[in-house]
Amino acid sequence: MNRYIELKNHQREIYYFRLRLVLSLGFVAVMLLILLLRFFYLQVIRHDYFHTLGENNRIYVVPIVPNRGLIMDRNGVVMAQNYSGYTLEIAPDKVPDMDALITELSGLVEITPKDIKRFKKLLTERQTLETMPIRSQLNNEEVARVSAQLFRFPGVEIKARLFREYPFTDVTSHLIGYVGRINQNDINQLAEDETASNYLGSDYIGKTGVEQSYEKELHGTTGFEQVEVDAGGRAVRVLSRTAPQSGSNLMLTLDAKLQEVAEQAFGDFRGALVAIDPSNGEVLAFISKPGYDPGLFIDGIDSETWDTLNNSLDTPLNNRALRGQYPPGSTIKPFMALAGLFYDTRSPTHNISDPGYYMLPGSRHQYRDWKTGGHGSVDMFKAIVISCDTYFYGLATEMGIDNMHSYLARFGFGAKTGIDMEGETSGLLPSPEWKSKRYNQIWYPGDTVSAGIGQGYNLVTPLQLAFATAILANDGVAFKPHLVKEIRRAKGAAVPIENKPLFDLQIDPAHLKLVKSAMEAVTKPGGTAAGANYGASYRMAGKTGTAQVIAIKQGEKYDSKKVSEYNRDHAWFIAFAPADKPRIAMAVLAENGGHGGSTAAPIARKVMDYYLLGKAPQPLLKPVEKNGTEND
Amino acid sequence: MLHMDPVLLYALGGFAFISLVLLYSASDGNWLRVLAQFGNIAVAFLAMWIVANMPLHWLMRVAVPMYVFGMILLLLVMTPLGVNSHGATRWLNIGVATIQPSELMKIAVPLMMAWYFEKNEATLKLRNYLVATILLLLPLVLIVRQPDLGTTILIWASGFYVLFLAGLSWRIMIGLTLGAVAAAPFMWSMLHDYQRHRVLMLLDPSQDALGKGYHTIQGMIAVGSGGILGKGYMNGTQTHLDFLPERTTDFIFAVWSEEFGLIGNLLLLGLYVFVIGRGFIVTANASTYFTRLMAGSITLTFFTYAFVNMGMVSGILPVVGVPLPLISYGGTSMLTLMLGFGMLMSIHTHKKLVKT
Repeated sequence: MNRYIELKNHQREIYYFRLRLVLSLGFVAVMLLILLLRFFYLQVIRHDYFHTLGENNRIYVVPIVPNRGLIMDRNGVVMAQNYSGYTLEIAPDKVPDMDALITELSGLVEITPKDIKRFKKLLTERQTLETMPIRSQLNNEEVARVSAQLFRFPGVEIKARLFREYPFTDVTSHLIGYVGRINQNDINQLAEDETASNYLGSDYIGKTGVEQSYEKELHGTTGFEQVEVDAGGRAVRVLSRTAPQSGSNLMLTLDAKLQEVAEQAFGDFRGALVAIDPSNGEVLAFISKPGYDPGLFIDGIDSETWDTLNNSLDTPLNNRALRGQYPPGSTIKPFMALAGLFYDTRSPTHNISDPGYYMLPGSRHQYRDWKTGGHGSVDMFKAIVISCDTYFYGLATEMGIDNMHSYLARFGFGAKTGIDMEGETSGLLPSPEWKSKRYNQIWYPGDTVSAGIGQGYNLVTPLQLAFATAILANDGVAFKPHLVKEIRRAKGAAVPIENKPLFDLQIDPAHLKLVKSAMEAVTKPGGTAAGANYGASYRMAGKTGTAQVIAIKQGEKYDSKKVSEYNRDHAWFIAFAPADKPRIAMAVLAENGGHGGSTAAPIARKVMDYYLLGKAPQPLLKPVEKNGTEND
Repeated sequence: MLHMDPVLLYALGGFAFISLVLLYSASDGNWLRVLAQFGNIAVAFLAMWIVANMPLHWLMRVAVPMYVFGMILLLLVMTPLGVNSHGATRWLNIGVATIQPSELMKIAVPLMMAWYFEKNEATLKLRNYLVATILLLLPLVLIVRQPDLGTTILIWASGFYVLFLAGLSWRIMIGLTLGAVAAAPFMWSMLHDYQRHRVLMLLDPSQDALGKGYHTIQGMIAVGSGGILGKGYMNGTQTHLDFLPERTTDFIFAVWSEEFGLIGNLLLLGLYVFVIGRGFIVTANASTYFTRLMAGSITLTFFTYAFVNMGMVSGILPVVGVPLPLISYGGTSMLTLMLGFGMLMSIHTHKKLVKT
């Protein structure tokens, strides 16, 4: 019985399996039929059509380059735009003797040795069958002259192209950056990002600044035409066309006029300035001085100009605001004071007596105050106002490096701010772990002492310091600094960049009040930037700082007249205003500017006057004393 | 002949011959290419011979270890040991060479599923089909992430055939299909813009005429311009003037079509039908549940391979990166295919020795 059922099941199973197998066979047959019909359709019915296409081959897909998006400031002032112009171009693979050709061409239009050098550099950078520009911006007369002779020069073409232009040139060079010709590195990167096909017709790509960080938005989508071409390569007709989609326009958070005012305020000083709206993180001005002419880079810079820029002692190619790392000096003190209050290391009313130096317990080494003889009796308020080093030496030692490190890190020191620009450096907030890793050395008590006044291993970028100042100004609520306010797509609505708070440090209001009022007093008579707020209709808070460029030996005294200009101290000033309800916070660095109060603070004042009052800058202070500028 | 099926062997020999001859034309007379492919074929035939001589219970025995091993390799691909190339991470660096674990899974997945059904043959319930489906989906999730659409489709097909032949109920298949259709709009709304863009590109390659669409357009021109008789061996203009991309690998069928025309296509399809027909005969005569499922899946997957490739080249399917089986240049897919045929032969030649 049992056996019978099993047998029956087995047969049923085989039956069902074969049924399924037959169904599969039917499926295969149907699919084969589809293939056969397709082959018949392509090879018999449409054969003539494909034969013609194949015979003439015939279909070229020609990319149509999209217009690059514009970059505007917050008020719509254009900071990067396009214009069309004619270029004289050569297809290298069609030219047997390049030098002879160039000589002949220079009989028709002016080709400078610089043009030739640049062109030869382009040839080595990108191996391609495309044409390469040897002269750009031909005028109408030149176009006419070359066109008439073009038949004599196979491989030579005149092309209409869009060029990039930066109306503010060196004032915005470090901010906007520039586009440059796509080189092999870019090609590799594009291939990796799987966006190479979108760049088939493109010549340029963002290389630095906003042009680089927003490349994806600015570039747009390449369109293409399917063109039927004859054997000679001439287009016979367009079979289909997909329009390109222009890149998005960018509206920056920046104020172009403010940027200009800030740039001019520096006068002959090198340095950097970053101004941020503390209530939302919008960057209002972003200066790195000196700048350079970004136009030089667009079609490849010639090596002489490059060498000049690159070897200049003024390092115009260095984006100081983003990448320059300097000791923060005394600008760290307001943050140190907040740390001291937070850890209860010092009460606000505690007075120390300052003999003009600080000694670690059990040591005879003197850590000097900047003022010989000292400041006498000093409490926290006064310590900030007069920038008393001795006070902060002691505070740092009592607080300890670990507490100092963890508190200062909250303000973003030692970390990238995450601004929407590539290449940011992270500065350095030292800790014993860092030192043992980096130098394989233990942390000495003396390291803590110098860290307490922002010297020693400490390094900040102007951007970082501006960010920290903005956090302080906004009562501990931080917004990520950003340069772009709105992305305006070619199609669809504008996309505003969201201003979400990053974090809230939840600082005790009493602590904030003390530190902020002390910073306000810094800009009043008796403070280290005494003249900074003089005659202003708003209240300003700030802190001066000095970053040493060379170390001074024990027992020696720094004399600005003795050291050469490039070794002179850097001047810092951080500030925000109006002090009670800040709308602008900034960090100003004047390289080799000496003292922050006399060189950096007046720059900040001019920027604030313009931003808060709309006033064009005018000298309100006694003329800036320049510490014996020999050259320039 | 030792455990070889002569009928199948002659047909496979025919493919090897076509592969070498066609590759000579597709590579523009590059003898090194042809020689390398000859090496690939020799290795693959050797592997087939070895597998064909394995008794069936050996196949049963290797199913689980092979599947587990393959899964481990797939997971390793996701670690830093994985090698990235052209935006996909499919390979594993084992020091001396890089290997592609997903290829192994083309055999391991149906083998594992067939093994599982055999083990539970007496008491097949809905639950068993569910477990088998999970066995199929586990590697697929990893492979689709690499991403490798072509391999995903082939492995999915090989697993689905096992389920289908194992008698997955019609109600469930129809239900799942309807479910997928109903869920499609919802899934669509979940996708990012760029993901939608990619799906659309895949469905309509002419949208991406600069990228993959270029392949399809040039492939269709090659096939269509071949006409009924073809342009003749070594005379394809699409092939020899560099218009055809990937012409020794995924698009080698376009070379065949261009040079040998509709007649050539009928011949090639005939050869495929012959091999598939033989596979069906082996399947119908297989003695155990396991071997029936395995033989059926191998045969149908082989057909799917060929159909997807020819469909892709002739422009009725999106370009997903599937080679023309037994013809395209490349050792790995040749090897896995021939391992499959080795199993078919083993199934066919060992059954007489099994006592019934």
